[in-house]
Amino acid sequence: MHRSTPVEQVKLIDRFSTSNKSLMGTLYLTATHLLFIDSSQKETWILHHHIAAVEKLALTTSGCPLVIQCKNFRVVHFIVPRERDCHDIYNSLLQLSKPASYDELYAFSYNPKQNESKRLQGWQLIDLAEEYKRMGVPNSNWQLSDANRDYEICDSYPRELYVPRTASKPVIVGSSKFRSKGRFPVLSYYHRDKEAAICRCSQPLSGFSARCLEDENMLHAISIANPAHHYMYVMDTRPKLNAMANRAAGKGYENEDNYANIRFQFVGIENIHVMRSSLQKLLEVSGTKALSVNSFLSGLENSGWLRHIKAVLDAAIFLAKAVAVENATVLVHCSDGWDRTSQVCSLGSLLLDAHYRTIRGFMVLIEKDWISFGHKFSDRCGQLDGDPKEISPVFTQFLEGVWHLTEQFPQAFEYNEAFLLQIHEHVHSCQFGNFLGNCQKEREELKLKEKTYSFWPFLLDEQKKYLNPLYNQDFSQKLVLLEPNTASFNFKFWRNMYHQFDRTMHPRQSVFNLIMTMSEQNKQLEKDFKELEAVSIVK
Amino acid sequence: MEFAELIKTPRADNVVLHRPFYPAVEGTLCLTGHHLILSSRRQDNAEELWLLHSNIDSIEKRFVGSLGTIIIKCKDLRIIQLDIPGMEECLNIASSIEALSTLDSVTLMYPFFYRPMFEVVEDGWHSFLPEREFELLSSVTNEWRLSYVNKEFSVCPSYPPAVTVPKSIDDEALRRVATFRHGGRFPVLSYYHKKNGMVMMRSSQPLTGTNGRRCKEDSALINATLRAGKRGYIIDTRSLNVAQQARAKGGGFEQEVQYPQWRRIHKSVERYNILQESLIKLVEACNDQSHNMDRWLSKLEASNWLTHIKEILTAACLAAQCIDREGASVLVHGTEGTDSTLQITSLAQIILDPRCRTIRGFEALVEREWLQAGHPFQQRCAQSAYSNSKQKWESPVFFLFLDCVWQTLRQFPCSFEFNEHFLIVLFENAYASQFGTFLGNNESERCKLKLPQKTMSLWSWVNQPYELSKFKNPLFEANSLVIWPSVAPQSLQLWEGVFLRWNRSSKFLDEACEEMNNIIEYNKELQAKVNALRRQLAELETDDGMQESS
Repeated sequence: MHRSTPVEQVKLIDRFSTSNKSLMGTLYLTATHLLFIDSSQKETWILHHHIAAVEKLALTTSGCPLVIQCKNFRVVHFIVPRERDCHDIYNSLLQLSKPASYDELYAFSYNPKQNESKRLQGWQLIDLAEEYKRMGVPNSNWQLSDANRDYEICDSYPRELYVPRTASKPVIVGSSKFRSKGRFPVLSYYHRDKEAAICRCSQPLSGFSARCLEDENMLHAISIANPAHHYMYVMDTRPKLNAMANRAAGKGYENEDNYANIRFQFVGIENIHVMRSSLQKLLEVSGTKALSVNSFLSGLENSGWLRHIKAVLDAAIFLAKAVAVENATVLVHCSDGWDRTSQVCSLGSLLLDAHYRTIRGFMVLIEKDWISFGHKFSDRCGQLDGDPKEISPVFTQFLEGVWHLTEQFPQAFEYNEAFLLQIHEHVHSCQFGNFLGNCQKEREELKLKEKTYSFWPFLLDEQKKYLNPLYNQDFSQKLVLLEPNTASFNFKFWRNMYHQFDRTMHPRQSVFNLIMTMSEQNKQLEKDFKELEAVSIVK
Repeated sequence: MEFAELIKTPRADNVVLHRPFYPAVEGTLCLTGHHLILSSRRQDNAEELWLLHSNIDSIEKRFVGSLGTIIIKCKDLRIIQLDIPGMEECLNIASSIEALSTLDSVTLMYPFFYRPMFEVVEDGWHSFLPEREFELLSSVTNEWRLSYVNKEFSVCPSYPPAVTVPKSIDDEALRRVATFRHGGRFPVLSYYHKKNGMVMMRSSQPLTGTNGRRCKEDSALINATLRAGKRGYIIDTRSLNVAQQARAKGGGFEQEVQYPQWRRIHKSVERYNILQESLIKLVEACNDQSHNMDRWLSKLEASNWLTHIKEILTAACLAAQCIDREGASVLVHGTEGTDSTLQITSLAQIILDPRCRTIRGFEALVEREWLQAGHPFQQRCAQSAYSNSKQKWESPVFFLFLDCVWQTLRQFPCSFEFNEHFLIVLFENAYASQFGTFLGNNESERCKLKLPQKTMSLWSWVNQPYELSKFKNPLFEANSLVIWPSVAPQSLQLWEGVFLRWNRSSKFLDEACEEMNNIIEYNKELQAKVNALRRQLAELETDDGMQESS
């Protein structure tokens, strides 16, 4: 127990109630959580790592208001009777919510009392080599490269990378030197039927005129790894203006004249800073008390949030169509190739391959395009006390993109919304080792597989909760490519994410939960029926 | 008049029909007195389109060489296109459609010609008689009576012949109150809350004028509904400002001095053509697929449609709250008491009364609070979102009510016996129909038109078991509770089933819905099977027991 608590007579205010409804209770700070127990003994637990911001408001007659905003979009509003206590809690939370080093994170102390062999097994649940095998790689055109076996050419990539067979080691090394952070073009997804690939990388260090023969060869190698095809797409997911500005810093984008048979395309997804401030604006609006419809809609518009979600989905559709309709290979990059590139590659693959619409497949997808390819979870989620400008809801946007797809194709996904929400919860909780750190190399150094638990087996254990009762496997098979409608009116505010803790906003009866229960019940009834039938035959 | 005079070209060949989500069809176009029919020469599915002329909201014509194109915009918001070879044919057809879709005589409308293809089991014209409603009321209270003071529609032309009023107020007093209320709409009972005996009444504005005219029978009437020492609430659907301005035109509101037992609350709800403009803007926004996100959101905002939804629901919640939470009686009115007043009183009943959430109960509500209460359907629903006429009396008042019910249904998906489809059918029929139910502006007009004798009631058709099955919500579980909808903007949604119906394919959503129904059906079936087996086994066991003991 922290020294400043318990504090009694604390009021928890309902943030949307206009009549200032509140609960009286006691506030505790433990090593890992903030705990509030109200007078009816109901407990509210908030993980310190989930706290995004703590704010102390001006003293009022009833006490000192303390507002806590969480990364899972919970907002709690306490009133602490004594200013002194409030100040102590405030300072403690500031410290506790922003640990200075990884070993202070919850994952290193979290102990679900599981035996060691089971813990280790958990880490083996997702095997990316298996996943590439499932896609049909290695094959006559693609092979596993050992160029990065000891992280020697790119420390934010995984050890195991798949590249065209015709790309020699010098080409790989040369290309990596010409790419930002050494992130040279590698395979992200291979479409078995079309023999077309999705590859990913970072921006080329082309500046205004620089060329790199190895990089040009690398792209050529990727292009000819698709035997049916005479051109490939290069998708720069940034707005053209941003990409051009990068040239002045010696970076930039591919010059079509220098690369044989590429079709170059800008997509126009904004950078992490724009996305961060967009979410900030969205939350400001949606958190307003007594909000009018017009302020909500204009706030939604001004935040740009849905515009960004649409841009990401449109890019993924472009990618998926290029592969499925044109049989073309596509190389995707942004600046460093770990934010927008991860979004577009993973959503594109999800549109193309029904496997990623299953519970296990979705875990694999996150493991592949996000964890292993070095999406900087630690920086983007602000796991440690660091540069606030590195925080950005890139992964949240990915989940929201998936949610929009589940809304348009209610039968195409094995998982439900609760699954997406739970993943979002634990990406930020730091309770499991999977999302700690910024890349695989860092994770190995942290010895996460020795010291922490993997999230996936826990998720799989609870999978009943995450099954979509409407899921139809035939549907997924007959429908090879999901083609969502992205006319603007299809995009809705994701209330169940951004207001997941504000119960008064939601329908009082959930059709989905009812159908889920019934679907479960049906299984039991089928069993009962068989048993009863057997008994009655004997009689 | 003969329809034939209006139909210059009754038939045209090689017409191509374009409509949302279907491939273009080439066929023969026929015009009849009430329908536009396009049938292809294909044998398998000869019937391609039957469109009621009265469903046509506006038409546009275009020519490229001698190929003419008619774009037909319907009141149900659908837009179709006909390509007609031959300029003369096209012009003739366009002018015929225009004339036939804007007939000014009600008796020429299709309901007077429609002959049902089904056997009428229950005549909907007699399904919801005020006498029967009153019987239900009499079983719980004897403080009210059915008055026939308006038998000849002479006291209030927009009221039905029978109205429910406090027992202690005689017909003479009612006549006097009628002269003190706009259009003669004296306060009548709208809803009796069984749980605590509180009531909701509705009326029009009092004619106090600038010199504060008063009427002691009026205060006596509404005071008769109060318990000793209790106060009531008057919910005025206008802002205080608007209500004050109304005095200059002879209208007004209840002054505290004259109604000391009543607290007046002004809850402004938008009315008339402002609502029509809102609908026009919203539909325009929904029909343009090319809008980028910012433009779509700003157009959605500028339409104000969801703002109106929020206003209406908020006022209805307030009325319901006064009755259920405060234990007070309520009087609702605006100016005429035929529009926003009815939105509020009917929605408050949806919130308070589980019966209104059943199919029959909802029909009774529409009958009672809209048709008999004198909502001028014919004026309000003369045109829909593609109207250019900008007439003050055209207004989607009933449409907004249905949208509010849909919002509530979405928030309480198990508390309604009907589904969204039922609401959509009501919307369609209010604007264009083969049934007589929504013709005329009030009971007096319906009576003069002899609608019950000459036309079919929508309810006769809806209440057939086969049709009814399509409107049933499989998740319905009778719920006796008061249901409070959330009116937060985050909780309100665009009614996609109506506004996006023709703008995107709903194939995957429909399939999912069907699968949901399958799961529910299967669940019922399995439960029945398991229970039957259990019973059988239990019987076998008792038989065994009896054999052993014998």
